[in-house]
Amino acid sequence: MIENRMSARTVARRCRGALLGLAVGAVALTATAAGAETFKYAFQGELRGLDPYSLNETFTLGTLGNVYEGLTKRGADLQIQPGLAESWEVIEPTRWRFHLRKDVKFHNGNDFTADDVVFSAERVRSKESDLKTRIGADVKVEKVDDHTVDFVLTAPNPILHYEWDTWGIMDKEWAEANEAVKVTSASDENPNYASLNANGTGPFKVASHETGVKTVFDENADWWNKADKKFNVDRVELVPIASDATRVAALLSGEMDMVYPVPVQDLKRVDSNDGTRALTGPELRTIFLGMDQMRDELLYSNVKGKNPFKDQRVRQAFYQAIDIEAIKQKVMRGLSEPAALMISPFQFKLSDQFKRHPYDPEAAKKLMADAGYADGFEVSMDCPNDRYVNDEAICQAVTAMLARIGVKVNLNAQPKAKYFAKVLQSNGFDTSFYLLGWTPGSFDSWNVLSNLMHCRTAEGSESPFNLGGYCNPKVDELTAKILVENDPAKRDEMIAEAFRMHHEDVGHIPLHQQGLAWGVSDNIDLVQRADNQLMFYHVNKK
Amino acid sequence: MTAFILRRLLQAILVMLVVASLAFLMFRYVGDPVNQMVGVETTPAEREALRERLGLNEPIWLQFARFVGNAAQFDFGTSYQFKQPVAGLILERLPATLELSIASALFAVCVGIPMGVYTGIRRHAWLSKVFLTVSLVGISLPTFLIGILLIFVFAVNLQVLPSFGRGEVVDLGIWRTGLLTASGLKALILPAITLGLFQMTLIMRLVRAEMLEVLRADFIKFARARGLSDRAVNFRHALKNTLIPVITVTGLQLGQIIAFAIITETVFQWPGMGLLFLQAVQNVDIPIMAAYLILIAFLFVLINLVVDILYFVVDPRLRVERTVQ
Repeated sequence: MIENRMSARTVARRCRGALLGLAVGAVALTATAAGAETFKYAFQGELRGLDPYSLNETFTLGTLGNVYEGLTKRGADLQIQPGLAESWEVIEPTRWRFHLRKDVKFHNGNDFTADDVVFSAERVRSKESDLKTRIGADVKVEKVDDHTVDFVLTAPNPILHYEWDTWGIMDKEWAEANEAVKVTSASDENPNYASLNANGTGPFKVASHETGVKTVFDENADWWNKADKKFNVDRVELVPIASDATRVAALLSGEMDMVYPVPVQDLKRVDSNDGTRALTGPELRTIFLGMDQMRDELLYSNVKGKNPFKDQRVRQAFYQAIDIEAIKQKVMRGLSEPAALMISPFQFKLSDQFKRHPYDPEAAKKLMADAGYADGFEVSMDCPNDRYVNDEAICQAVTAMLARIGVKVNLNAQPKAKYFAKVLQSNGFDTSFYLLGWTPGSFDSWNVLSNLMHCRTAEGSESPFNLGGYCNPKVDELTAKILVENDPAKRDEMIAEAFRMHHEDVGHIPLHQQGLAWGVSDNIDLVQRADNQLMFYHVNKK
Repeated sequence: MTAFILRRLLQAILVMLVVASLAFLMFRYVGDPVNQMVGVETTPAEREALRERLGLNEPIWLQFARFVGNAAQFDFGTSYQFKQPVAGLILERLPATLELSIASALFAVCVGIPMGVYTGIRRHAWLSKVFLTVSLVGISLPTFLIGILLIFVFAVNLQVLPSFGRGEVVDLGIWRTGLLTASGLKALILPAITLGLFQMTLIMRLVRAEMLEVLRADFIKFARARGLSDRAVNFRHALKNTLIPVITVTGLQLGQIIAFAIITETVFQWPGMGLLFLQAVQNVDIPIMAAYLILIAFLFVLINLVVDILYFVVDPRLRVERTVQ
């Protein structure tokens, strides 16, 4: 045991040496200089994989949208523009023809043709795909020639292509050669090639991807739209930074060119700091409250034998008891847009016809008394605490406001994993009163009507996310008509009609669209899209 | 010695099984993984199909048996979020955590022991009082707060050290190290201090208390009587005799450091296992959570074993007793 006799002093000396060496090494050398046109940004979550069909979620779709392109794309103001398809026409009400762009190449050099579109259409509808809503299962995709594809529908569908900006076209040969025809899934035994590698047609290609650590994108020098490009960055680095304080610090210290989201309470600091600014704007997601209007007796209430939420007056009383301006100022620090509708004004042309039921606690009290609940009642509220901006604080504010009309709300705020496991259809809609957020992925009102407002069965078929079971058969009738109406003006009128009924019924209580909050370095120009997607082809570094 | 180690190994297996079953029971209560794996518009029928494919509808004991069986072969399944094998993900993250933990432990030992010795010998020096005050701060402030304070001072205000991440890494085959690049070393400083501060104060206080006790012992008086230099008495005789409890505590604390790296890694976005674990919890990624807990349990068991063996090495009396029996 010789080494054990080594004196404690020697240990100390060696330790000191090691530490000193470490410190000297760190100080003496400087950090590697980044390229002038490298754009570094941080998001709170991780890019979970590179397979564009395995997760239907904004951040994943938006990020991969720089690598994979759809037949259509959306501009800075979210208007639909030609993407990989130069143009399209509706030949018959049920047959759409897409003319594909010529001379487009994938990152590996393969040509982009109609075969790739047909292949991608099958892949995106396959069992493991999470993007099945992009094309209906009964739609036939026919190749007419190498650069023309027909989509044959069973019924007219005016919004067939609304979500196609996030349906990136994949290379058939590449997928087949690398055994990536199947969409990446959690039940895979071996990692799917497409989940760690990417081959799109977009302006950027993936240079490296370290799961959950860092993803690097390089400019695609052979992009088809290169002549018309409006960006000057040639390298983009994405890192996830989960901790809010660290993410903000990384921007303030100049290590990052852009971070998002910035917590609302830090916006002022980011804005007042030299060299950074806060970029805010309304997001598409609508936050709302829902009430169980279906059961004959509420699961969580002291009212027995009947369900107070079945009475429209009670629902309206709840609505009018909520001071939405106070929530905006106090909870959201001004960063929210009070909503009268269950859809963002960006996504529905006639939304300016609608106004919220006014905040009026006195009227609310009277409505409660008329309904026979002059003394109020008790009900439990389910609320997530890590899903939406300040979600738990919103619920607390609502709890306090409802107390003023005599309603005692027992708040049950939990992490999203627990919350969704409790209230969703898989657990039998186990809630009486809840807060939820919804963004129609299709950018269209029909999605809201059919997912949130359609009558449902006790098991949840027809309208699985209508947790409270709001039901008005007249709304359902209109919804069915809206689905197949090809005339936009008539269609919008019908949507407005349906929304008006829902508003009068107080089927839900819309609260607001939460705000987007990005922190951006002053030497960066970029476009903040209301769908919270960051497109690198809008980024310029000064 | 062999019998001793064997006995310890058997105990270890038992401990691991208990951890596995506890972990598995806990997962029932973290939420529903399927909702975290799909977009909001995925229909309930598809969600149900996915649940079926993942085997989540099977009886809990069957899931557990399958899990233990696979874990014994180092197969921890496929991550729900990343859709990649968990064993690979954890192995990728392991170097980051180990480098951070070892740097913190080195920091704790190399700073803690000298500070402890100094405060033990010069009890009334003003510097001792400063050390003791600092150590009080180290013990009482929560890790994440220290981390955020350090970031605020050194990254945001002084802008000398990075606020997050691991800097540039060098790939050495199976080990990706940040110790060979300047940015990697710079990135290590703040997290290592944050993570090691608590252990440093602990070691300092322990060494101080032990020193105070040992310095009163007879053999120290005899050593002084023999005319040995202060240096020899303090370091060769006194310090060495304080080391047994220090080794125990340091060894066990190394396990703590690795386990508590979760918080430091989250604050500094340090791409180690702890960060992976925390994000797995938020997303109910059961395979990652299970594998991580098993691995941590294994590390603790292993460290305990090593500490037990070190006793044999450091303390001759233990060896003698064994041979006598």
